[in-house]
Amino acid sequence: MMSNSKMRFRSWKKPLVIIENIEMMKFTIQNHKDTRSGFGDGLFELGQENDKVVALCADLTGSMKMDAFANAFPERFFQTGIAEANMMGIAAGMTIGGMIPFTGTFANFSTGRVYDQIRQSIAYSGKNVKICASHAGLTLGEDGATHQILEDIGLMRMLPGMTVIVPCDYNQTKAAVKAIAELNGPVYLRFGRPKVPNFTPVNQSFEIGKALVYQEGTDVTLLATGHLVWEALQAAEQLAEKGISAGVINVATIKPLDESTILEAVEKTKCVVTAEEHQQFGGLGEMVAALLTQNTPYPVEMVAVKDQFGQSGTPQELMKLYQLDAKAIVDAALKLVARK
Amino acid sequence: MTDFEQLKRVASQVRRDIVRMVHARQSGHPGGSLGCADLMTLLYFDHLRINAPEFDMNGIGEDVFFLSNGHISPVFYSVLAHRGYFPVSELATFRAIESRLQGHPTTHEGLPGVRISSGSLGQGLSAGIGAANAKKLNRDRHLVYVLMGDGEQQEGQIWEAAMYAGSRKTDNLIALIDYNHKQIDGPVDEVMPLGDLRAKYEAFGWKVYETDGNQMDKLSEQLENCRNEAFKGFPQLILMKTEMGQGVDFMMGTHKWHGIAPNDEQLKNALSQLEETLGDY
Repeated sequence: MMSNSKMRFRSWKKPLVIIENIEMMKFTIQNHKDTRSGFGDGLFELGQENDKVVALCADLTGSMKMDAFANAFPERFFQTGIAEANMMGIAAGMTIGGMIPFTGTFANFSTGRVYDQIRQSIAYSGKNVKICASHAGLTLGEDGATHQILEDIGLMRMLPGMTVIVPCDYNQTKAAVKAIAELNGPVYLRFGRPKVPNFTPVNQSFEIGKALVYQEGTDVTLLATGHLVWEALQAAEQLAEKGISAGVINVATIKPLDESTILEAVEKTKCVVTAEEHQQFGGLGEMVAALLTQNTPYPVEMVAVKDQFGQSGTPQELMKLYQLDAKAIVDAALKLVARK
Repeated sequence: MTDFEQLKRVASQVRRDIVRMVHARQSGHPGGSLGCADLMTLLYFDHLRINAPEFDMNGIGEDVFFLSNGHISPVFYSVLAHRGYFPVSELATFRAIESRLQGHPTTHEGLPGVRISSGSLGQGLSAGIGAANAKKLNRDRHLVYVLMGDGEQQEGQIWEAAMYAGSRKTDNLIALIDYNHKQIDGPVDEVMPLGDLRAKYEAFGWKVYETDGNQMDKLSEQLENCRNEAFKGFPQLILMKTEMGQGVDFMMGTHKWHGIAPNDEQLKNALSQLEETLGDY
């Protein structure tokens, strides 16, 4: 029924949103773009800048937005067909010879399907492979639970030495792609399919391992990653209307976690809401809870999927049904503030 | 000219190392290691164009070898040590705590000579293809070698890789299969028959050869032939017929020594059949 993306994401398409009462940064929606295009555009620029950058894809070149790279650098683009295990192995092998391989396929095929290949040939072998994964989480939409992986952050962060990055919008994804090429080691970069608000600065730099404090607060800290960062900003605005001061932090690097930035913010608000498009088990929320348990007595509420598989639906419908939107973050914050 | 008598002397010492390493830790895989001792000696002491004892992970300007069936690590370690990549005395640490000589090979501990971890089967051929792709991008006309087990051919990833290399004409890659027809649970033909392995690889676009993996002169001739046939638009595979346990009579003709260690008496018996040529570690 709602066949075009404009309909699907109308709630994210407020004409101009300015967060009021913020102490750190003001965000406006520049446009709506998919994070996967941030990957594709970043990869294309990398290809121009560094001839050691190679790309591999398992029959999803268009969906991954890798066409520009493939067309411009055909000798450095490797189509493996629908054979992800082989793709991961070839990528690992290409590092031997000094290449910097970027693999591209959907998040479930990038992780669960090839976990042992990543574990042995890439992570344990310390290979400089960049595992780039699109269509993560529920916002994949209508394809349903088979493709909506909600466990990938947990899977990848458990691997020793694996860096895990989940950028929030097009601009940040593009910056992250450039940054991970400079890091010598395996990286999991997670992004998504739908067009979402693009609100972080154009041509920003991305510092791996740094959580970004977008807004300082005194009552509650909202720690969000990926698509949920925009929702957290919306939630902070709604909380401000209720007289609650919410800090917002974009945890774009899941691993290594920016513990000092998080602990510093939490010391001011004495409670935390985490928000992610992922299972609660194994996700950002559990990482933050573990961090706080070892350092503070402060409580955590987790906005995440609660031990469920996804299902078909529009991204907007799914995020509402699974309570991963601004309203869910507001509800969690109110619950926490009452508990304090 | 290749001095096969000298290579045989090295292989005898390698076989002694294998049974001593596995005996010392009462753990490891002697059968396949003994079966591949001739190949590995020939590769590292004659055929491969390598910069040993210097080791560089990227392997630019030299041939690169991958051991996909990582459980035969004893033969790999022994050959690498005798070739000078690390001290032969380090073989005494095989499978011991805090050793670089892990049960299955790894880069994690920084052991020179090892370029990727292996042990979970089926992954080495893909890595070899990747290294071969990198060599082409680097305009490096050296070759990539991958040794696999025959039981390992049951892994699905092998066939993804076989399809890729055939269709993409990965012609700087030479794969070898340790075709001893045995795996842990018994004969390959009983556990999960491979059918006509030659025809299967040929159907994917490979050029396939069969040779005796325990006769160094024949093996050497075959490897030279493959080197001459490289860069001609097809990947190459050598089905290398070997005997699991080769060189130790009571370990031959059975799958039972795939992954168990000899006791003191069995070690003595095995060593009596293998001349000490380079000095035991």
